[in-house]
Amino acid sequence: MNVLRATNLTKQFGKFTALDGVDLEVNKGEVFGFIGPNGAGKSTTIRILLGILNATEGRAEIFGKDVWGDAVEIHKRVAYVPGDINLWPNLTGGEVIDFFLNLRGSGNRNRREELISRFNLDPAKKCRTYSKGNRQKVALIAAFSSDADLYILDEPTSGLDPLMESIFQECVIQAKNEGKSVLLSSHILSEVEKLCDRVGIIREGKMIETGTLKELRHLTRTNFVVETKEPIVSLNELKGVHGIQKADQAVSFQVDTEELDNVLKFITSYGIIRLESAPPTLEDLFMRHYEGTSRTLESGAGGAL
Amino acid sequence: MSQLFKNAGKLTRFQLRQDRFRIPVWLISLSAVTFVTAISFVDLYQNDAERQAIAETMRNPAMTAMVGQGYGLDNYTAGAMMSHQMLLFTAIIVAIMSILLVTRHTRADEEDGRTEIIRSLPSGRLSNLTSTILLVSFTNVLLALIIGFGNYALGIESMDLEGSMLYGAALGATGIFFMALTAVFAQVSESSRGTIGLSFAVLGLAYLIRAIGDVGNETLSWFSPLGWALGAEVYVNNYWWPMLVMLGFSILLCLLAFYLNAMRDLGSGLLPSRPGRTHASLFLRSPFGLALRIQRTAIIAWAAGMFVIGVSYGSILGDLESFMEEIEIMEQMVNPVEGYSLTEQFITMLMAIMSMISTIPVMMIILKLKGEENKNRTEHVYSHAVSRSRVLGSYLILSVAVSFIMQFLAIFGLWAAGSAVMDEGISFAVMFNAGMVYLPAIFVLIGAAVCFVGVIPKLSGLTWLYLIYSFMVVYLGDLLQFPEWMNNLSPFGHIPQIPVEEVDFIHVTILIGIAIGLTVAGFIGYNRRDITG
Ligand SMILES: Nc1ncnc2c1ncn2[C@@H]1O[C@H](COP(=O)(O)OP(=O)(O)OP(=O)(O)O)[C@@H](O)[C@H]1O
Ligand SMILES: [Mg+2]
Repeated sequence: MNVLRATNLTKQFGKFTALDGVDLEVNKGEVFGFIGPNGAGKSTTIRILLGILNATEGRAEIFGKDVWGDAVEIHKRVAYVPGDINLWPNLTGGEVIDFFLNLRGSGNRNRREELISRFNLDPAKKCRTYSKGNRQKVALIAAFSSDADLYILDEPTSGLDPLMESIFQECVIQAKNEGKSVLLSSHILSEVEKLCDRVGIIREGKMIETGTLKELRHLTRTNFVVETKEPIVSLNELKGVHGIQKADQAVSFQVDTEELDNVLKFITSYGIIRLESAPPTLEDLFMRHYEGTSRTLESGAGGAL
Repeated sequence: MSQLFKNAGKLTRFQLRQDRFRIPVWLISLSAVTFVTAISFVDLYQNDAERQAIAETMRNPAMTAMVGQGYGLDNYTAGAMMSHQMLLFTAIIVAIMSILLVTRHTRADEEDGRTEIIRSLPSGRLSNLTSTILLVSFTNVLLALIIGFGNYALGIESMDLEGSMLYGAALGATGIFFMALTAVFAQVSESSRGTIGLSFAVLGLAYLIRAIGDVGNETLSWFSPLGWALGAEVYVNNYWWPMLVMLGFSILLCLLAFYLNAMRDLGSGLLPSRPGRTHASLFLRSPFGLALRIQRTAIIAWAAGMFVIGVSYGSILGDLESFMEEIEIMEQMVNPVEGYSLTEQFITMLMAIMSMISTIPVMMIILKLKGEENKNRTEHVYSHAVSRSRVLGSYLILSVAVSFIMQFLAIFGLWAAGSAVMDEGISFAVMFNAGMVYLPAIFVLIGAAVCFVGVIPKLSGLTWLYLIYSFMVVYLGDLLQFPEWMNNLSPFGHIPQIPVEEVDFIHVTILIGIAIGLTVAGFIGYNRRDITG
């Protein structure tokens, strides 16, 4: 069952096309990672989902309601944390949290206190004096002490220290365990890798990949470090082998998933002394997608080295 | 539909909480000034003869241009004096209050991303604008009631209940009109600076149109919202209908603001942003270039504004001249300085006022440095090999240059329009000297701004207060017969009034000395203090 579904979202700012037919689905109880390079259109998509921007084309629904027309109804069950937060300089953090909870009409007092102490925030300070991380804590506390069913988080941790970052992750996992859904946009890929069930990659306003991490890995390459008795000849002529680098006795390279079988059969014939393999990290995936697309455009697909 | 306005009430209370000091300070200062003035009018002019004497001095186009038409001049009671000499001035301040409050809760919140957070909560698309309009309308209604009942409660004979309520209503209606206008500009403009700029430009135009209209062509005055406020003829004829006109227009403007707000994207103005340069021009390679570039639009707008102000005042010089010829006896009465025409005397007054208006953009340039620091942008500059003196120096040089340009444009406009409408024009050299002699006073305010920014940046807003004080002393000082020492506290009070007075080099030199002293103190402080961002 999906909580959020967007089809063919397109957004034009004047002549500039920020989003070009984005499809997105977030299921109940799922943490969805939304990644992509700067300016790809993540925040724009999120603002459309929040009914703050009106899409030029396409449809988006949350809880089966239209994000633009029923924004107020939807927002009673949605919590949003932006990455770049400015608060009202002459109010205290505590006042702002209460105001947010009050507007939403629901919210859990005990949870508010608990989160304030977990995030180690001084709620009596004026927002003017908060550091970036502290401002973010205010928004996070307000979001996680509400009884939302969907959390929309746009780079919520860009200013948090590692300790706070791990508390944030606990909050997300707890929300997920309670059957709530999360849309998390982030540049911290280790965070996405750890928290997200499914990931979508957006680039220049288009969703270029969506799926579970496992599915995405399938589309990419595995890293190998191999040491053989005899030097492997003409490795670079094999189909699906990339990024060959010699280091002392060993050689490291990446192999396209679909060619794994052939390549492994080929190298075993040289007598393997040592073989290390690692699944691609999200970072590899990500890098490949960013650079990959522009390179493929230039040199045609799949060229080795 | 009701979804569009969801939770506007809660937002209003939240805004009220943010303004819990700001709004009372506005209300208290505005009503205090009003009550004190009313009381002092009664003290100053004890009997009919004294009141009629002052009424005669008010009967000239120069005065009309400054403060508006005198409706009750034949029976110049304390009430008539209030509506003639105080209403316009107070209405302008009320308009400024509304402009600042509306911008603060609309475009400024949007610019800083606060509106986005509110919109992500269950609040309607138009709630923020609605709550701002509620808040500012409420403030203006409260002001109208306080001043209305307060004026009546003073127990001054000529200030009856109806007139007093209308006096308050005229102020409140002006505030509400400019609230609605600013609400529209907050949709059109992309920044809070732009919103404030456009609103102030209209306020300035409203004043000038009314000035030209009141002197020459009464129909013209009805094109100015300030003309409507004065058209109520408070305490004289008590017309209520101009209030209805103002409220009617305010409602239309509010509807337009709602429509525009519903139509546009959050964060953007009405026009899509255009791509700009991909490389910095040669100019933008130094702190001075940066200081100029980020304030370019504002400086150009002010320059145009100063010229318009000069031209507007110049255009009434002709009326003044012919008025003077018609009533020669009068001329002798109000013209104690032998050998100078009323026009020339009026020019000295104009020069003082125009110089104080020129000081606004000039001071804004220095205070911009602090604004940049507040927004954590000076640290980008200081992370390079740039000394603090160089940065502050850039702003200083820019502001001194701009002070000269602003004065020049105002003088030139005054002279050009004046020569066109007068039979015997005043020579450019005389006007030039009369205007430029105010530069040392402007320099003192620049020095004060530099000193505050350098030494106690938190209090740099006090420089504005000093300018407002100077303005009040010059504008109201003669009417209310302020003591001499109050005049002496303002640098503008020490400037020789050319052409009527001789050039007084000692005073001018002392002022320049003070300006230099303040500036040096500012530089020393700025080099020593912490930069916060
Ligand atoms: N109001 C606007 N007018 C014109 N262009 C805009 C506007 N808002 C966003 N854009 C453009 O739309 C594109 C997408 O921006 P968006 O903020 O969605 O990127 P993002 O993926 O969130 O990037 P980041 O990772 O840096 O946060 C960018 O190229 C941006 O310049
Ligand atoms: Mg973003």
